[in-house]
Amino acid sequence: MQNNIFYLLPHSKLPLLISILGTEKFEIIGPQSIDGSIVYEKIENVDQLPWGILDYQWPGIYRLENTDINKAFIFTNGPQALKPYLFRAQELLFEVEKKENKNNKKKLNFIPAKEEAPKLAFIGARACDLAAMAIQDKIFLADTHLDIYYRSRRENLFIIAVNCIRSSANCFCASTGDGPKVTKLYDILMTEIEENFVVQVGTDNGKRIIDQLELSHALPEHIKEADEYVEQAGLQQTKKLPDTNLRNLLFSNLNHPRWNDVAKRCLSCTNCTQVCPTCFCHSSLEQAILDGTKSGHYRVWDSCFTCGHSYIHGRVIRDDTRKRYRQWLTHKLGSWYDQFGTSGCVGCGRCITWCPVGIDITEETYAIYDNQNNDKEIIKEIIK
Amino acid sequence: MENPYQIYEAKIIERIKESDDIFTIKILLTDPFVHHEYKFQPGQFNMLYLFGVGEIAISIVSDPKEEQYITHTIRVVGRVSRGFEKLKEGDRIGVRGPFGKGWPLKQAIGKDVLIISGGLGCAPVTSAINYIIERQNLYGPLKILQGIKRSSEFIYHERYDRWEAAANTEVIISVDETDVSWSKSIGLVTEHIKDLQLDVNKTIVMMCGPEIMMKIAADHCIKKNIEEKNIYLSMERNMHCGCGHCGHCQIGGVFVCKNGPVFSYPEIKELLGRPGF
Amino acid sequence: MNSATKPKIAVHKFSSCDGCQLSFLNTGEDLITLSKLVDIVHFAEAGILSPNEKVDIAFIEGSMTTSEEVERIHKIRENSKYLIAIGACATAGGIQALRNFSNSNVEKWKNKIYERPETINSLPTSTPVSAHVNVDLEIWGCPPSSSQIYTTIRCYLSGVTADIPQDALCLHCKRKNIVCVLVAKGLNCMGPVTKTGCGVLCPSKDRECYNCFGPAENINCLSLGKRFQELDLSNEEISRRFLLINNSAPAFKKWGEYFKKMAHKENII
Repeated sequence: MQNNIFYLLPHSKLPLLISILGTEKFEIIGPQSIDGSIVYEKIENVDQLPWGILDYQWPGIYRLENTDINKAFIFTNGPQALKPYLFRAQELLFEVEKKENKNNKKKLNFIPAKEEAPKLAFIGARACDLAAMAIQDKIFLADTHLDIYYRSRRENLFIIAVNCIRSSANCFCASTGDGPKVTKLYDILMTEIEENFVVQVGTDNGKRIIDQLELSHALPEHIKEADEYVEQAGLQQTKKLPDTNLRNLLFSNLNHPRWNDVAKRCLSCTNCTQVCPTCFCHSSLEQAILDGTKSGHYRVWDSCFTCGHSYIHGRVIRDDTRKRYRQWLTHKLGSWYDQFGTSGCVGCGRCITWCPVGIDITEETYAIYDNQNNDKEIIKEIIK
Repeated sequence: MENPYQIYEAKIIERIKESDDIFTIKILLTDPFVHHEYKFQPGQFNMLYLFGVGEIAISIVSDPKEEQYITHTIRVVGRVSRGFEKLKEGDRIGVRGPFGKGWPLKQAIGKDVLIISGGLGCAPVTSAINYIIERQNLYGPLKILQGIKRSSEFIYHERYDRWEAAANTEVIISVDETDVSWSKSIGLVTEHIKDLQLDVNKTIVMMCGPEIMMKIAADHCIKKNIEEKNIYLSMERNMHCGCGHCGHCQIGGVFVCKNGPVFSYPEIKELLGRPGF
Repeated sequence: MNSATKPKIAVHKFSSCDGCQLSFLNTGEDLITLSKLVDIVHFAEAGILSPNEKVDIAFIEGSMTTSEEVERIHKIRENSKYLIAIGACATAGGIQALRNFSNSNVEKWKNKIYERPETINSLPTSTPVSAHVNVDLEIWGCPPSSSQIYTTIRCYLSGVTADIPQDALCLHCKRKNIVCVLVAKGLNCMGPVTKTGCGVLCPSKDRECYNCFGPAENINCLSLGKRFQELDLSNEEISRRFLLINNSAPAFKKWGEYFKKMAHKENII
């Protein structure tokens, strides 16, 4: 694709982009300031975008500030972005009708859920969101175990990505290698500069939309300004994960005292897993109507912090918070490599911000890294 | 690949009470074409659906050659299995599957086979045993070890009698605790491994049972110089989807539903029996 | 279904506000459907009276606060195959269990408030049904959710026990894409320690959860309490967050009393 061509989209032409997407029958999802946070919801006009709104994030704290800055994408992120639009929080898989046949036998009629696929244009996906989507693609679009519901929505998704020009205090995508610069999986990529966006296209679909806007090419100074903003965003980041083989680190420290320490603080409330853009665990849910003639089989987001997650034969494998947090971290940063050839963390910082008690994944990992308490060493000590 | 959530109606043809809390159902997919097209490997499992209640993962007991029906043995433990227990012949359920990777019956051709099971672990190995006995010219001698806590837990009497009578087949059924009514072996099933006469270079082991039992059994086999890669275990976890999406059945880096339920020992040994995984 | 094969249901009231019975009644069309599926033999709020009949399911609203009630619950247990406690009073003792914390003061209050205190024959404590008889299922909440009650009946008719979620409210809150009021607004939300089931009523109206559904499974009240301290809540206030509707649920009682003790120590200093 011609992603080496840079266009200049003035702020004033943003409404035209929205109206072209509307003409193309897209439902448009974009960031808005709702209930004290940035939330991605349906938008109809550019005024709904969070103009001038800055987000401040610390462990367990999220605050917005209204400013005069004339930018729509100067915030970093909110609790969710793409995930709920592809992997639904609750999704019908099949319905079942119970009917009596002519011999008075009760028959079951199974009706698979439809692959409903609205054409969705998603404005404002960030590098971390797209890196996370690439991971969820590996889960739900695997050749042998394809999820048709995820696929239909994924195929009907048009992505207008936005490069971050700012990082929050909880962002660490630079250290995971996933951002802040968007490099893949976009139809259109925009970087916001003074009064304008520098725009690149990533697909034929993206080009078709951009061509309708009749944009001029960006000048070298525009491109330079955009690059500097994104580079600056990366430099603002202070958090990072240890630069080591995290899988080996965590699995050779399964008895580290830090797991007990974090269990004292952790609420086991599931928030980290629910805001994580890569977490995919879900459970099944059955809802029968009262008269017993019809039932729906759903999947709903679940979490490794619930007792149901590790329930088997009347017992719970992970019966305390220590085991649950350890499962989460060893999976996210460790066994994820075995499953999908990559880390499960994209450095978005959401689990840090939206943890009600501000547990910091980077801090927990460093605590183990800095004071490695190899299991083998413990065993040796015990033997002594 | 078709939709993993595609589910078909099945009819219960026969219901057999095996013990106080174990029963077997023989089912037939009601659409004859679907039933005809339904193919599985010994060791795979189905997701069985109870109307208005939900699904459970249950291994397939029958032999793939048995074309009239699919057999499942279920222990009453949770709410769904308790609901299944109340079903009668003629009642309808839903079936999704088969899922997972079955027993290494191809790799075992030309080898001696040792089957070790504990408790209801005898169900998932049944299809492998029947498969081997049906095709005995392809395999070496077969040894079957089944351990149970109490004699009242002994199920599949006829099956074990039949296997015992088969040529080239040795059967040991052992109860943990002595019991006056018991005429077969006594002691932990794993203790019997030591005394077995095995051609260790030619033996392939397939086991299913409680994790701690499998860990000890694997240790005994390794002590007898059976190579780790020739030991296979069938694992059990609570599965909600059957296709590696829901995350419930993970043990470290593997999904039991997708990468298993049958694993070679080296694939699973890192976390086998480790509390919390 | 003819009435001979229809399961019999009774709804009994003990010390309570009747709100749980309304959860039973405020279900519109489902109530009509229910009446076709089961035979409701006793339900005072609905005007049906036959308290001593043998039933398949007995729903119990209210806590045990008098010796008469204690006697009555034993009788109901004998008459019921399946006994379900519904609501905060029946599952945890209710708001009236606050008197459990006051030691001997109950007698004093009684004399102060009532003109003829000698006619009041109440126990010194308010206790849940489970403190007296075996309970087959508990449906928590003040009031409990109609859908949980009806799902329970549906499951009974299908031959299985209902699966009442024990997860923290947060799980449900996130599924509904509601912005966390604790993180984004610093509100003293009890969601992380509270059982889900209400449909996330308060946070979806921009308010903090006040734990009317009781303690969730595997909770950490101390850590949440410490977070509230950072949000400038006094120990006295934190204690009150725990000692509210479900004050006598063991986890809330323990940690409510813990923060109360902390507050007390501060006062001494």
